[in-house]
Amino acid sequence: MPFLEVRGLSKSFPSPAGVRHVLRDVTLNVEQGEFVSIVGSMGSGKSTLLSLLAGLTTPDAGTVLLDGAPVTGVRDDAAFVFQNYSLLPWFSALENVRLAVQAAFPGDSAKEQTRRATDALERVGLGNALDRKPRQLSGGMRQRVSLARGFATEPRVLFLDEPFGALDALTRDTLQQDLAQLCAGRERPVTTVMITNSVEEAILLSDRIVPIVAGPPASLGSPIVVELARPRTLAQLAHDEQATHARANVVAALTASLQRRGRSSFNPTTTTLTAAEPAKATGQA
Amino acid sequence: MKRLINLLLPLCGIGLALAAWWAASVAVPDLPSPVRTWQESKLYILEPLAKRGESDQGILLLAYYSLLRVARGFLLGIVIATPLGFLLGVSSTLTKMFDPIMQVLRPISPLAWLPLGLVIFQKSEPAALFAIAVCSMWPTVINTMMGVRAIPQDYWNVAKVLRLSRTTTFTKIIVPATLPYMFTGYRLSLGIAWLVIVASEMLTGTPGVGGFLWQEYNSLVYAHILLAIITIGIVGFALDRLMGMAEARLRAS
Repeated sequence: MPFLEVRGLSKSFPSPAGVRHVLRDVTLNVEQGEFVSIVGSMGSGKSTLLSLLAGLTTPDAGTVLLDGAPVTGVRDDAAFVFQNYSLLPWFSALENVRLAVQAAFPGDSAKEQTRRATDALERVGLGNALDRKPRQLSGGMRQRVSLARGFATEPRVLFLDEPFGALDALTRDTLQQDLAQLCAGRERPVTTVMITNSVEEAILLSDRIVPIVAGPPASLGSPIVVELARPRTLAQLAHDEQATHARANVVAALTASLQRRGRSSFNPTTTTLTAAEPAKATGQA
Repeated sequence: MKRLINLLLPLCGIGLALAAWWAASVAVPDLPSPVRTWQESKLYILEPLAKRGESDQGILLLAYYSLLRVARGFLLGIVIATPLGFLLGVSSTLTKMFDPIMQVLRPISPLAWLPLGLVIFQKSEPAALFAIAVCSMWPTVINTMMGVRAIPQDYWNVAKVLRLSRTTTFTKIIVPATLPYMFTGYRLSLGIAWLVIVASEMLTGTPGVGGFLWQEYNSLVYAHILLAIITIGIVGFALDRLMGMAEARLRAS
């Protein structure tokens, strides 16, 4: 049985122009310890989907099962990393992480909580910035704090909402590889769902990549498997045949879905995109 | 050079104001000129802490009585206003319930509250505190409420995702996020409290700058009215500056 099981998920929002159907009939399975990326362009409903999976919002229809139990709210064994860091500016890096630790391990002594928070920050290379406030940190460092906060609670499932979307390209490359290391270097495997608009990022980090079939309402295409051992490095991916193949497939799936959306008669729910579709490498996304 | 000009310009302004005052004192015989005001007031200013009698005291001592009263009324006001602001900020039901009452109570003058205070408390001191508290609390209520509403969705998400308890959310997120707004409220409230003090002291005849002003008017020592007015202005300005500094420090941290 999959660790995370999503069945027939739909979500719509009221808008001035009538009801806006964002997601329709989304189905997804994620195995324990697996890293799955959901790739799509901006405004495609990715963030809505992730909030539903994490229990931040409730779906109109469908169910999310995590470890066999329906998700009704935020779980205590889940962590969430936001695109815009969401650090509290009045707290230092250490206090921000410790806040999460305190909430997750209320039984621990204050000393133990501080140790956990310090460890988490040291693992992302911020051991010398514990007392700095977020505004004294660069964007990359802030997102490291945010990652440390996510990992500090030793979650079983991790939701990453475009974690590197707000960073410059160079910082992004470094952090992506650091995240790959973080996910790999844990005793207990963490199941991860990441949403991103970067195909390269998805290939670097994921076991499987699920393209969004553009809507609205959006749904999910067939997953594309990246058969390479994790953690990977960007240098390794640049000339790897598997990676090139996966890249071409993801780009093809995304392009196809966007082109079909251009035709007004397109109905995303009746269309299935498979990994076996002709892999026309149309360049980088 | 620029600093010199920055220093000289306010002095020129003060000079012009004194000139206008002097001109007015020529036109209105009962209005003391700046020089006469100084001569008749200098005892109060040069011996600011002297206590010659219940109604005849140095100006600093009088200001101290007023400040003490304002501090008590102001504290009473914000002790009520701050939690009220948080409640209204968090709950839109409560806001809808109490907003009309608040809008009606807000513009009521201290002169109107004071007699009611006297009726309720029978004594002038608690009545004065009541008037100060009731008049000065509104900016704090409204600013605190606005502060809570202005908390970015990001911070609420953090509370949700970290599964923070209500208490933790309040102390670690809501209060720190609202603090700058709260302090703006406190500064405005203190300004109003200081405005109210004069009116309440005049009506109750308690010792203080306002009481002194009214008493000297009745004793026909008009120079002391001006002394009291200038004192009230300077103290009010100093209070605002102090609160402004506290506020700026808070925003910077």
